[in-house]
Amino acid sequence: MAYLQQYGVYIAIVLLLMYNAAFTSNFISVDNFRTQFIQMVPVLIVALGMALVIGTQGIDLSGGAVMALAAAVIPLYIGYGLIPAAAMAIFAGCLIGVANGAMIAFIGVQPIVATLALMVAGRGIALVVANEQLKSVTNPTILSLGRNSIVGVPYSVLVAVILVAVVALLVNRTTFGKQLVAVGGSRRAAELAGLPVKRILMTTYILAAALAAVAGIVATARLGASVPSTLGNLIELSAITAVVIGGTPLTGGKVKVVGTVAGALLLQLIAATLIKNNVPDAYSQITQAVIILIAVYIQRGKLAVR
Amino acid sequence: MITPTGTPRDATVLEARGVTKRFAGITALDNVDFTLHPGESLALMGENGAGKSTLIKVLTGVYQPDAGELHLGGTTTTFARPLDAQRSGISTIYQEVNLIPLLSVAQNIFLGREPRDRWGLIDFKQLNENARTLLDTYDIHVNVRRPLHRLALGMQQMVALARAVSIDARVVIMDEPTSSLEAREVETLFRVIGLLRAQGIAIVYVSHRMDEIYRVCDSVTVLRDGKSVHSGLLADLPRVELVSIMLGRSVEKTKRESLTAFGSARTSSQAPTLIATDLTRKHQISGISLEIRPGEVVGLGGLLGSGRSETLKALAGVMKVDNGHVRVGGRLVKNGSVSAAIRAGIVMLPEDRKAEGIIPNLSIRDNIVLAALPRLSVGGFTSRARQDAIVDVFMKRLRIKATSSSQLVSELSGGNQQKVMIARWLAMNPRVLLLDEPTRGIDVGAKAEVQALINELADEGLAIVMVSSEVEEVVEGSARVIVLRDGSVETELIGDEVTEHHLLSALVGEPITVTKELP
Ligand SMILES: Nc1ncnc2c1ncn2[C@@H]1O[C@H](COP(=O)(O)OP(=O)(O)OP(=O)(O)O)[C@@H](O)[C@H]1O
Ligand SMILES: [Mg+2]
Repeated sequence: MAYLQQYGVYIAIVLLLMYNAAFTSNFISVDNFRTQFIQMVPVLIVALGMALVIGTQGIDLSGGAVMALAAAVIPLYIGYGLIPAAAMAIFAGCLIGVANGAMIAFIGVQPIVATLALMVAGRGIALVVANEQLKSVTNPTILSLGRNSIVGVPYSVLVAVILVAVVALLVNRTTFGKQLVAVGGSRRAAELAGLPVKRILMTTYILAAALAAVAGIVATARLGASVPSTLGNLIELSAITAVVIGGTPLTGGKVKVVGTVAGALLLQLIAATLIKNNVPDAYSQITQAVIILIAVYIQRGKLAVR
Repeated sequence: MITPTGTPRDATVLEARGVTKRFAGITALDNVDFTLHPGESLALMGENGAGKSTLIKVLTGVYQPDAGELHLGGTTTTFARPLDAQRSGISTIYQEVNLIPLLSVAQNIFLGREPRDRWGLIDFKQLNENARTLLDTYDIHVNVRRPLHRLALGMQQMVALARAVSIDARVVIMDEPTSSLEAREVETLFRVIGLLRAQGIAIVYVSHRMDEIYRVCDSVTVLRDGKSVHSGLLADLPRVELVSIMLGRSVEKTKRESLTAFGSARTSSQAPTLIATDLTRKHQISGISLEIRPGEVVGLGGLLGSGRSETLKALAGVMKVDNGHVRVGGRLVKNGSVSAAIRAGIVMLPEDRKAEGIIPNLSIRDNIVLAALPRLSVGGFTSRARQDAIVDVFMKRLRIKATSSSQLVSELSGGNQQKVMIARWLAMNPRVLLLDEPTRGIDVGAKAEVQALINELADEGLAIVMVSSEVEEVVEGSARVIVLRDGSVETELIGDEVTEHHLLSALVGEPITVTKELP
């Protein structure tokens, strides 16, 4: 059981690859993997932020709304170039993070309630900012972020790889990372040890929002259009699933970055397998639900053993 | 041979034969035999990490043994989960209170056995009434509707006890039940134990306090490094001998290393490190002023609810005060800020290790360096080398028993967790050390070490304030005792006045005419 908790997600990935190698035509190919990686980038980036938040024993349902807001902001500033537009999009996303963090850390609202409020309000704001319009994006730099590669690695995947590395470093090697899991393990004990608990929570929610904003930028670049009404809809749920099957417990106190990547990859592979074998979308959603249940069940086993 | 209650010696109520339990990298129990007779009151003794709690968890279905078997009333049995053991009449109070914090006292007592009304819903009126009747029988006074987490730790322990005895039990197991109890509550506990024994209920009692063991128990089983090394009657076993069996040292050696290690307590004439003036918080403490000098160990005496822990919390910035202030080295410390207090050099070892101290999911190393982390980091990045330099020193100095510093702190025995907490604060190089029950749950050997350490730290110039519900410890350790009652300073005992007799009479607020018999 302990073995399954730690390596289950990797075993599942290997099994799925073996299945596809045997039964799905054209699955094991460089092109297909490139496509799969590109498609999983937004979920992965949101999941990285989610892993941090869950590590503090929290949850963030506003990731999709932040993506939408970022998407809505880009057309407003893209005239100045990609960098300024991206900066503004991330800044706007961070404001939602600040709202989340302030409610949770300072007022003491439960994370699920606070971020649910921002999930609804955030998308509303995005629609207001975008004037409820879908806008196509034509700036060549941003389009190239979505479409081009460097030595065979798509830019968007490169962004994701860098962010994974940064978050892994943050979690494993920095004071902040250690403090974050300490807060998730026991908030009271962390407070009594003199940790700046409120600041840590605030920072975590801002980081999660900033990451979601980056996901929104990458997704917009790939679509070639700003679609605030639907972009990132329910992506939080996929992100949470990826985090949990990656071995980060919902009870907090632990963050598994590599596991989160594996979790996102597994979700992507399952979706691709079902699509390539012509299974209808509805079934693929049901499959996802079943996976969440299994993952959470295995995690719960871990708690019971402790 | 006949047990004190007159049942034949060979009738057993609970037995373990050849029980082995391994955890990753450690054999916590190694082929342990354990026998409990009806009506027997058995002390389970051993150093921190000897395997006492693990044995209890095996006996009550929390852990499954890797080898060996259990017998209940003579027949082989297995407990797949704690509930099975409970249904078979084994009732347990675990070392760390494990009730449900948000439920009320009454709900906790009758959890899973609530009275129902005719709709099948919980009959709260009946529930509360039953709880009150039960608690009244044992003279425990508490509002049964209050959520458990609002009670002091000692009171929570009493609720756990009430729950344990309210289950029709043949065996009641108590893992360090008195470590968070007040002298008065300990008396209540002993009275309850007396009642249980009169009903022929067998008792397993774990404690590091020798006085209690000799008072409550008639036989003893000693574990050392996971093996049972001695079983027998307590009456045949002088204290030193028991300790020497526990520690695995010769009697002579044990005698030489006296059991409490506080040296001569001194006062100091230097300028005070810490000055608190008129600390007041509504309903908690009022007008508390005190001065602590470098090198001084000051005891804070008082009964439960006298404001001892609250005073420490006010000093440590954990509790905001309405009025009054704290100065360290002449500088004002910001009210109600833990981090400001820590920066000023005031650190506090909290009373409730489980809820306020350890971070269970982190390693020993991460727990020790937690507060000192910013100091041990370079530009926000952690430095393993710097951490290890500190961690290794304290693991050795405090003799923390673990497979390595990377082991999860939740896997340590209770006493070793306490040492990790002490290490966390010593790593901060504090100027003022506030200790709330510093030796709680620590075995005799380690206790002497911690007490010696407190002395050593005082010699190095620390100002130390200590709260302990063990009168003996307060008296031996402190040069000065400030006695609190109802949230304010009642009196102060200095020099010759620091005796158990004086302290006890100051605690209750009246002179004690008959000296208590203390073994
Ligand atoms: N879940 C676990 N995982 C790994 N090791 C464990 C676990 N629980 C206990 N241990 C180890 O088993 C040994 C025995 O621990 P146990 O808690 O039984 O000691 P104890 O005699 O109750 O000590 P104390 O007096 O300090 O409470 C210790 O070395 C401890 O570190
Ligand atoms: Mg124990």
